[in-house]
Amino acid sequence: METKMEPPKNTIGIIGWLRKNLFNGWFNSLLTIIFLWIVFTVLYAALKWVFVTADWTVIVVNLRLLLVGQYPQDQIFRVWLALTLVSTLTGLSWGLWKGTIGNLAIALGASFLILSLFPFSGEVKTWLLVNATAIGLGYVLGRYFPILRKPTAASWILLFPFIIVLLRGLGTSWLPIVGTNLWGGLMLTFLLAIVAIVFSFPLGVLLALGRTSKLPLVRYLSIGYIELIRGVPLITILFMAQLMLPLFLPEGVTLDRVLRAMAGLTLFSAAYLAENVRSGLQSIPRGQYEAAQALGLSNFKTTFLIVLPQALRAVIPILVGQFIALFKDTSLVSIVGILDFLGIGRSIVAQPEFLGRQREILIFAAAIYFVFSYAMSYASRRLEKSLGVGER
Amino acid sequence: MTIINQEQTTEDIIICRNIHKWYGKHHALNDISMTIKKGEVVVIFGPSGSGKSSFIRTLNALEEIQSGQIIVDGIELSHDLANIEAIRMETGMVFQQFNLFPHMTVLSNITLAPIWVRKWPKAKAEKVAMELLERVGIPEQAHKYPGQLSGGQQQRVAIARALAMQPKILLFDEPTSALDPEMIKEVLDVMKELAKTGITMIVVTHEMGFAREVADRLVFFDEGRIIEQGTPYDIFNNAQQDRTKLFLSQIL
Ligand SMILES: Nc1ncnc2c1ncn2[C@@H]1O[C@H](COP(=O)(O)OP(=O)(O)OP(=O)(O)O)[C@@H](O)[C@H]1O
Ligand SMILES: [Mg+2]
Repeated sequence: METKMEPPKNTIGIIGWLRKNLFNGWFNSLLTIIFLWIVFTVLYAALKWVFVTADWTVIVVNLRLLLVGQYPQDQIFRVWLALTLVSTLTGLSWGLWKGTIGNLAIALGASFLILSLFPFSGEVKTWLLVNATAIGLGYVLGRYFPILRKPTAASWILLFPFIIVLLRGLGTSWLPIVGTNLWGGLMLTFLLAIVAIVFSFPLGVLLALGRTSKLPLVRYLSIGYIELIRGVPLITILFMAQLMLPLFLPEGVTLDRVLRAMAGLTLFSAAYLAENVRSGLQSIPRGQYEAAQALGLSNFKTTFLIVLPQALRAVIPILVGQFIALFKDTSLVSIVGILDFLGIGRSIVAQPEFLGRQREILIFAAAIYFVFSYAMSYASRRLEKSLGVGER
Repeated sequence: MTIINQEQTTEDIIICRNIHKWYGKHHALNDISMTIKKGEVVVIFGPSGSGKSSFIRTLNALEEIQSGQIIVDGIELSHDLANIEAIRMETGMVFQQFNLFPHMTVLSNITLAPIWVRKWPKAKAEKVAMELLERVGIPEQAHKYPGQLSGGQQQRVAIARALAMQPKILLFDEPTSALDPEMIKEVLDVMKELAKTGITMIVVTHEMGFAREVADRLVFFDEGRIIEQGTPYDIFNNAQQDRTKLFLSQIL
């Protein structure tokens, strides 16, 4: 075959690009046309359904249930307050660190503003605007007071237990107890996911270290735990947590269903996390241990100053992937009768007046899950990139 | 901590008596005995697999020995963790592959051990670190990450890191073998300067120019044994053993 050297085709402009990538040859042109036709058909049907066929009143009527479950109406300000704290810290972090958190803050703020244009009650609109303002104020503060870095970082860590206390209450007249049996909806989905993530992280790291430990007892216990949990489906663990956990608790201590589900999710997630962290630990070359030891660092310091930081950094993408999966897996708790976001949705369509409105609920749920999962994966991709500085 | 005070003079900073080490069935160190004086610069050379690395890594307990005795600065190496840590405070080590910590800046690499092991305040550790970077000629790199430096610069950082603990002994395991030729000199120059300061140095290297210039003693290893040792003059001009002569003829 002879090879001819042709001058480069003109690829400037849309037409050129189209010709080069989509219509180069009859086969590709045919593929492109078929594909376009499929996309058009699907998109048309979808849009028609969303804007014409679908009846979104089921969402509008039940929005509160979907978002916060049975959380008492007169205490709802506590949920808003919690959200406002998150917004403030997000805004502060935007001003302090810019970058990824800034993009997330902008997206969040814009969502609040757009939502406030919807015909919600005055109270809801006020809170939405308060949140948008909190982000803006936080940004300005962070921008001009860089000393707020440490307090802000610390607040993020303290935020989570604080929110739990805020939502559950102290039993005083100001903050009466709102039992976890009343928690529900998207709020509960978030709390389940966050609790499971926050607690399974240290547990998983310890298990990973245990599995690589030189002490046989520690090692075999860790291996046993990890393999046991990984060999069982999550649903089984959730059922077991409901039925068996009370047997292990001391007399008089009771855990309600939500806490039991949280425990189940945590124990489940920790085993997978341990395996992922272990793969990070194994990627650390022996020279790193040797250099640390030669400097006189103890095993403990070598682990926590040299090995773990590098190992965790190496597995950030995998861990975030796992956390996203966990966020979505929390929907399985509806099987043990907990009314998380999806659980509430399913209970709503079980009511006679919303019969046949399953699609709307499911699509809505899918969209919400997608938005948050995507935000997480976006943040992790950016994080990875920014941590890439100074990597070997 | 056992303080040994037998026949050796205070001049002897490292004493090895009849060391044996096996990897499985492989006899990597076979009856090594050696005494090194304070301030001495000893160059160890020999064919690949002869046990050079194994030997200097036993001196700071990165490798265990199965029999024999090692005394470093009056402290006997044993299974006692306190002894091992005490010896590691007295010895710095520089590796062939640098082994810098990639997730820390150059400055943090150097201040890590002083802060966490010697418990120095951060300011003091950083001051000393900057002085050391000055000494190895790269103070302007303090805030970069190791991955952003050339091999020669990384190895100089590694030397500064080892020096930061103010050790009495420096162990070098082929410090220039992973470097491109044009960077070898900058590292050797730093090492020559160090040799003048009177610190005890044990260097595994095949840089015979360096050995000739700064070594007080050359030690030839083969198959886990010390075959021959002597001053650079003796070894280069008057080697007694055929194996030494053969090896030198191959590398010179
Ligand atoms: N961790 C180990 N496990 C098993 N065998 C080992 C181990 N480390 C070294 N050896 C073996 O022990 C012998 C001595 O190794 P050592 O690394 O001390 O040699 P060396 O003189 O430093 O060689 P080189 O010049 O290649 O670095 C070699 O045969 C090597 O294969
Ligand atoms: Mg070697």
